[in-house]
Amino acid sequence: MGDLKLNYEVDGGDLIQAGEASSKMKMTLKKLGLPPEVIRRASICMYEGEINMVIHADGGQVEVDVGMDTITIRLTDHGPGIPDVDQAMEEGFSTAGDVARDLGFGAGMGLPNMKRCSDDMQIDTQVGVGTTVTMKIHIN
Amino acid sequence: MDLFEIRDILNATVLCGEEYLDREVRSACASDFMSDVLAYVKDQALLLTGMVNPQVVRTAEMMDMKCIIFVRGKMPGEDILELAREREIVVMRSEMRMFIACGLLYSRGLAGE
Repeated sequence: MGDLKLNYEVDGGDLIQAGEASSKMKMTLKKLGLPPEVIRRASICMYEGEINMVIHADGGQVEVDVGMDTITIRLTDHGPGIPDVDQAMEEGFSTAGDVARDLGFGAGMGLPNMKRCSDDMQIDTQVGVGTTVTMKIHIN
Repeated sequence: MDLFEIRDILNATVLCGEEYLDREVRSACASDFMSDVLAYVKDQALLLTGMVNPQVVRTAEMMDMKCIIFVRGKMPGEDILELAREREIVVMRSEMRMFIACGLLYSRGLAGE
């Protein structure tokens, strides 16, 4: 049996409504009967990423690949890129604006939390071109 | 502690999920910052918050939480309640301030961890 592939478009326009793609992914993973802890970690990774995409990059695309051993979540945007990835990975560092903060985000915890909740995370980014974040979550 | 008891301790009004009040919760967290809920919470099934927007429900959903309590008399809109109903998350509101609500629940045996 091949991997299950899921694709989502993340609309950049509305931070208040963001999270729909993560919610759909979570429901699909539940239907597959994966362990709850794995589902939760994957959901946090994707939700943090989805929120980041809406805050910083006017949306983007998410590809989720559910294999026998690993869930791979790849978030691709065409936003401004991350000038200093090491700085962006520091807890507490954030460039999010007031809209994000008013909704309870922008604490500078997103990327570190994505790294913590995944088993592997890679960030490919180019200023002025966009960012791709790839996270792997092992199922067993 | 079940959600019936929590409702009574906080003198709270149930806004949706009345049918799930027999759910048991063993620990809770309280924050207005969803980033912190996503980063620090582990198995807490109850979220107390004064933040009112749909992302509170989204955050609770991602964290497998069973109940959200809006403190300080905050009143969520119908869009928030609809999202919670779809996800079978109980929503209550209490006039109590966050500190008082947390203190009462803690003193009655609800843990933070």
